[in-house]
Amino acid sequence: MPSLAEVGQLVVNGVMAGTILAVPAIGLTAIYAVLRFPNFALASHATIGAFAGYVANAKLGLPLLPSVAMAFVVAGGVGVVSDETVLKRFRPAGYVTTAIASIALTIALENVLRFIFGNELRGYDLPIQRDFRIGAIRVGPQQLDNLAIAGVAMAALFGFLAFTRTGKAMRAVADNPMLAAIKGIDADTIARVVNFVGMGLAGLGGMLIGLDTTIDPLTGFRSILSVFAAAVVGGLGSIPGALVGALTVGVGEELCLLFLSPDYRSAVGFVAILLVLTLRPRGILGQRAF
Amino acid sequence: MENYLIAMCVSAGIYALMALGVNVVWGFAGMVNLGLVGFFAVGAYASALLTIKAHWAIAGGMAAATIVAALVGAVVALITVRLRGDYLAIVTLGFAETIRIVASNAIWLTNGTDGLSGIPGPGRGTLSPEMFNLVYLAIVGVIVAIAYVMNERLRASPFGRVLRAIRDDEQVAAVAGKHVTLFKVKAFAISSAALGLAGALYAHYTSYIAPDIFVPLLTLYIKLALLAGGLGNDRGAIVGAFAVVFLLESTRFVIPYVPGITPVQGAAIREFLIAAFLLVMLRYKPTGLVPEQPTRLPVPPAPRYQPTA
Repeated sequence: MPSLAEVGQLVVNGVMAGTILAVPAIGLTAIYAVLRFPNFALASHATIGAFAGYVANAKLGLPLLPSVAMAFVVAGGVGVVSDETVLKRFRPAGYVTTAIASIALTIALENVLRFIFGNELRGYDLPIQRDFRIGAIRVGPQQLDNLAIAGVAMAALFGFLAFTRTGKAMRAVADNPMLAAIKGIDADTIARVVNFVGMGLAGLGGMLIGLDTTIDPLTGFRSILSVFAAAVVGGLGSIPGALVGALTVGVGEELCLLFLSPDYRSAVGFVAILLVLTLRPRGILGQRAF
Repeated sequence: MENYLIAMCVSAGIYALMALGVNVVWGFAGMVNLGLVGFFAVGAYASALLTIKAHWAIAGGMAAATIVAALVGAVVALITVRLRGDYLAIVTLGFAETIRIVASNAIWLTNGTDGLSGIPGPGRGTLSPEMFNLVYLAIVGVIVAIAYVMNERLRASPFGRVLRAIRDDEQVAAVAGKHVTLFKVKAFAISSAALGLAGALYAHYTSYIAPDIFVPLLTLYIKLALLAGGLGNDRGAIVGAFAVVFLLESTRFVIPYVPGITPVQGAAIREFLIAAFLLVMLRYKPTGLVPEQPTRLPVPPAPRYQPTA
């Protein structure tokens, strides 16, 4: 039998991992809510963010926070450009075609990174710190930083959606595109905003995932299963759902370590997708944008 | 050189079988399978394990691979077909990744990332390598021909007509009394069976399989083959598979001559080109280079309106 402390440690790790996972999952679900297709290009944008942060941190010598901001801005910028030049043209052909195009796009972008940086594993240049201990539970300072960054990013997003004009317009388009168009909301502008924010969050998430370990051109693709699991479990298209889903998947992945080898961790996400689709296809919080 | 050409034809034949299989779901029924490489892997591992560990005959292993892949396909379809098509996209992609994770980690069964080697091939060891290649090409050729005939029969059958009706308008098909879910599950199972058989053919040909062979890029190759040949068009699927193999192999020869790049960069250029090519095709020729010909049914002349006195 695993001890209580052991389980507690796994739950704490799961909540931390889930909070980080929530960042790209919210990006994915926000894009889905407005543009109505599963954007698999999220994987490469997460990697682009991780590499942008890497260049800022390890090459230019910037500290953590400016590097994280760089990850967000670069991934968001690439997201707007790639949607404008590639994915936008596929949307009239339907979501199936657009989803296939987004897979091709993600492989193309991944290979641009591979061309520039090669396949080697790279690490960020951060000071190594000793873990804290609270009772029997260990917590790394880096994990706490990540947690804070993820929390601030999500709080900023909720504020943006709740209080700004653009944020409200975004929710309006997600809720009812036709009604929003009648009210004079420009769908193209909203598409650009949601791509910038969504892919920016993906990039930020990619960097946060990479901070714990190393990064390479497949960083984003390796975590895409968990990201999609989080979004589907919470209800694809629901932003609070993505947070709930990410925490569920994060804790679930950690608790499975009690009886599974860690290598199967991302398979847990797939099982979660299958369970939710069989039992409650709309996800925990159902399909609502906000 | 001849051996190289024959090997190319064998892989084109395996791709053609996959393209024919995918045509049933994507071309006929309009469903997406973004994880077709997962079903290919299931077939490859099933047949390899049965022949290596359980000492089955190769034909038995291939038959089992076909059936196992069909069953797995049916289960994946059952869970998702009632939902919107984008869930099918997510689940199939997740399925392929999960198969890769399991194949990499279930070391007791699959030997992990080292892969399985020494998979028997028909006549390998007794025949000369040239003869083996030729015999295998003949086997693949016969299987592709059978699959082609079956696909054509399927298309012309009432079953194929219902699939196309579902693709064009699911609700209309349902209103016409067709059990849409059942048709979709069956189509998905048939398609997965072809993918599984293709995987088994691959495993027994190369004698070695490992998880990193079954990457998402392979899914793109097959999508590209179908688009190049014409979506929903079976002859096109075969032509498209050969075109894709030709494209892949020719880039292999051209790219090393680009000055000043490393092999990794060369591989990156190659994968980038494939992805870019798929995007261009999908954008400008979404029905493929040779679109499906609409079936013409004889239209009876409208009865003339006879004013009654």
